[in-house]
Amino acid sequence: MIKIQVDMDTCQHYGQCVFEAPKIFHLNDDDKLEYLAEVDDDERGNVEAAVDVCPMQAIRIVE
Amino acid sequence: MTTAPVVIVGASMGGLRTAEALRRAGYSGPITIIGDEVHAPYNRPPLSKEVLSTEVTHEAVAFPARAATADVEWMLGRRVVSANLEAHTVTTADGAVVPYRALVVATGLRPRRLPVPPLAGRHAVRTLDDAMALRTELIPGARVVVVGSGFIGCEVAATAMKLGCAVTIVSPSAEPLIRPLGRMLGAELRRRHEASGIAFRMGRTVAALEGGSVLTGVVLDDGTSLDADVVIEALGSEANTEWLDGSGLDVSDGVLVDDAMRAIGADNTVRDDVFAVGDVARFPNRMFDAEPRRIEHWNIPTDTGKRAGAVLAAQLAGTADEPVSQSFTPMPAFWSIQLNVDLQAYGLPGLADSERVLEGDLAGDVIIGYYRRETLVGVVGLGMKAALVPYRRQIAGD
Ligand SMILES: Cc1cc2nc3c(=O)[nH]c(=O)nc-3n(C[C@H](O)[C@H](O)[C@H](O)COP(=O)(O)OP(=O)(O)OC[C@H]3O[C@@H](n4cnc5c(N)ncnc54)[C@H](O)[C@@H]3O)c2cc1C
Ligand code: SF4
Repeated sequence: MIKIQVDMDTCQHYGQCVFEAPKIFHLNDDDKLEYLAEVDDDERGNVEAAVDVCPMQAIRIVE
Repeated sequence: MTTAPVVIVGASMGGLRTAEALRRAGYSGPITIIGDEVHAPYNRPPLSKEVLSTEVTHEAVAFPARAATADVEWMLGRRVVSANLEAHTVTTADGAVVPYRALVVATGLRPRRLPVPPLAGRHAVRTLDDAMALRTELIPGARVVVVGSGFIGCEVAATAMKLGCAVTIVSPSAEPLIRPLGRMLGAELRRRHEASGIAFRMGRTVAALEGGSVLTGVVLDDGTSLDADVVIEALGSEANTEWLDGSGLDVSDGVLVDDAMRAIGADNTVRDDVFAVGDVARFPNRMFDAEPRRIEHWNIPTDTGKRAGAVLAAQLAGTADEPVSQSFTPMPAFWSIQLNVDLQAYGLPGLADSERVLEGDLAGDVIIGYYRRETLVGVVGLGMKAALVPYRRQIAGD
């Protein structure tokens, strides 16, 4: 399993991560980010892609 | 004989993402990254925004290091002064000649400066060191003149305001951000910033700076002058390509490349051993047309770095045709935070010949569409983030 942590003080809910990994991240009806905190290892590529595109660099993979 | 490394010049986001993509695509040979800054790659946008308003440290902005690139050789604090594309070498300012198997240009941009003599109190913001130097002078009550009204100018002005400075923006444009965002939104952003206390002197340029060795004022082209402790020069940027002058590449405006990020020589031939990525790369994006452009947005170093890494790794493995034949049409994406303005955009609004409000209203949360011959080429939202998504798809054509 990969653990994901998004710093919600930093996140500006831009939703770039949603385009890279729609199964893990999504914007709810109030424009706020929601995400799965734990995903399978085979999602690593998608999670890293989301980390790369986050303008606030708010997403961390907790090893 | 050992094989020469892939040499990446420029140790920032574009260079880092290229190295990561090379590894991801299976290239396991040596990689050397040469950069003139002493810092490992870090994220620049916070330097005009949140980090500038708190504490500027490398730790606060550094990109996380990944295991896959742990064996990259870093040559930091070293500037490349020339390249010899025939001999396959680059030379650093301290005389080191570094051979390469393939060369990746990731040297980005530097701020254009006022053509005036050096003076304490003059600043620009591109690097961490720039931001650190500026931070110490943005003290409450400081009189700050920002020259230029693009994104970095408006953001730094907003941050200085937040820190209690008295801020004036001086710009030759009719409205702030008029080139990237158009007149309608530019005027609205000026209205919001004026309401927050930022003064604007639009349609004006700087004629001279006043002060013996320390800045005391800024003289404008209409003869008026503004008292100033700090002047921040945000007049746009120039590409860092002097080290490639005379190398045979087209460096008339950044490095001209094809949509596989391979450099194109002045004689129009595509080189398979020289690539360019990030702000410095001028590439065609068929999402819009065939015209090569430099795109100074944050997602482009990542997208072009991934593209260059994938193509180069395949080529070194002898299978370049496959990735090259795939189309590459990255969606430009940018955002900006300026006091109470929270802006997000997709596409290239600057290409538009008309613009109109699509949702919301201009004085509050709003989405503006930018059209070129009635095709949506850009969209900008103030707030309304989720509502932007369908327009992004429309620009991409899916
Ligand atoms: C203050 C600021 C705020 C920004 N905010 C936003 C934003 O909100 N949204 C957005 O979309 N974009 C923003 N950007 C733009 C974004 O940061 C850039 O697009 C991005 O940094 C470009 O990355 P790059 O790797 O191509 O180039 P750079 O980050 O410029 O890196 C190039 C590196 O190469 C080095 N170098 C240059 N010449 C040589 C040489 N001869 N030898 C060795 N090394 C050399 C440079 O020192 C530098 O370290 C901002 C930029 C700045 C400066
Ligand atoms: S990309 Fe980053 S800032 Fe945007 S919603 Fe995702 S985590 Fe938040």
